[in-house]
Amino acid sequence: MVIKIFKNFFKRIFSNIFKSKSHIKLGFYGPPNAGKTSLANRICKDFTGEEIGKISKIPHETRSVQFKEKVDIEYKGRVMTFKLIDTPGIATKIDYEDFMKFKLKKNEAKKRAKEATQGVVDAIKWLDDMDVVVVVLDATENPYNQVNITIIGNLVARNIPVLVVANKIDLKKADIKKIEAAFPEYDVVGISAKYGANLEEFYESVFELSKKI
Amino acid sequence: MKKIEKRLGKIKGFSIQFLPFSEIRDLDSTQRIRKILSIVLGNNILILQGKLQPDEETRLIGDTMAMIGHIKSFKGIELAVISGNNENEGFYSKFKSGLASALTGGNINAVTIIGPATIVKEMKRNPKKIELLLK
Repeated sequence: MVIKIFKNFFKRIFSNIFKSKSHIKLGFYGPPNAGKTSLANRICKDFTGEEIGKISKIPHETRSVQFKEKVDIEYKGRVMTFKLIDTPGIATKIDYEDFMKFKLKKNEAKKRAKEATQGVVDAIKWLDDMDVVVVVLDATENPYNQVNITIIGNLVARNIPVLVVANKIDLKKADIKKIEAAFPEYDVVGISAKYGANLEEFYESVFELSKKI
Repeated sequence: MKKIEKRLGKIKGFSIQFLPFSEIRDLDSTQRIRKILSIVLGNNILILQGKLQPDEETRLIGDTMAMIGHIKSFKGIELAVISGNNENEGFYSKFKSGLASALTGGNINAVTIIGPATIVKEMKRNPKKIELLLK
């Protein structure tokens, strides 16, 4: 009995040590078309040479949870191994007619809408499995969107470290200050996933945040 | 279910329904979400005193997604929560509102607005106001 207790105790300690050193599950969450996949692709390409998923101007291009295992991110001589988890955009409404505005046929649009609704359900289910989450927001959009607040509220309730990324800073309409004002309790890093701008600050923040787990 | 589908298929108007927090205080999460969705599916814009817990909000979104495609004409919801900003309040005021929230079992300083996406085109929100743009 005593041996069993000791065994479990050491097992727990060792698993925690390994958990903190390798394979940190880094999730990308946010509303549709904020640039989650673009950012995940940028990281994957920089460190593995491969992309994680397809991107598109049509919302809900990512309709299932996508992974990239063992991504060794190197920053200032330090290396951390992550499992990148790119999730479908979370929305409160999905109308297939919106997809038809992008010249999709009715059947394609309906299929896309069906897959997108399932994608949202899956993204929500995955919240419990994350170690660190990057909430990707479009810096040209109003940050006071309830979806953003709900995602961050859930991560806080689960004690998951959060980094807020204001993407698309290359666009004129981008307003990081508005995002900082909306989420004053969080680190906000402005980036352009498309052009790879300010990724150094992003990696630094991810490394800092990963130390907290 | 068919009744709901019929109602949603013939949108000619809507009503605004106010729900005091006391109406959902004693309900569990499943019952709360069921009640909220039944009001919204009845073509109503719901104004709820207080706000849901974060996990209830995600469940509401998840259940909404599950209904799209299963209930004809239902395209989802628009949702916004506005909370009372008590940053500049003194200790006594904060204590009072904290005590009131604890006694009622929810943040009654907040207001939650939920409407069907077939009626509400957009909810524009900033820290001090919510604008409802209707279709």
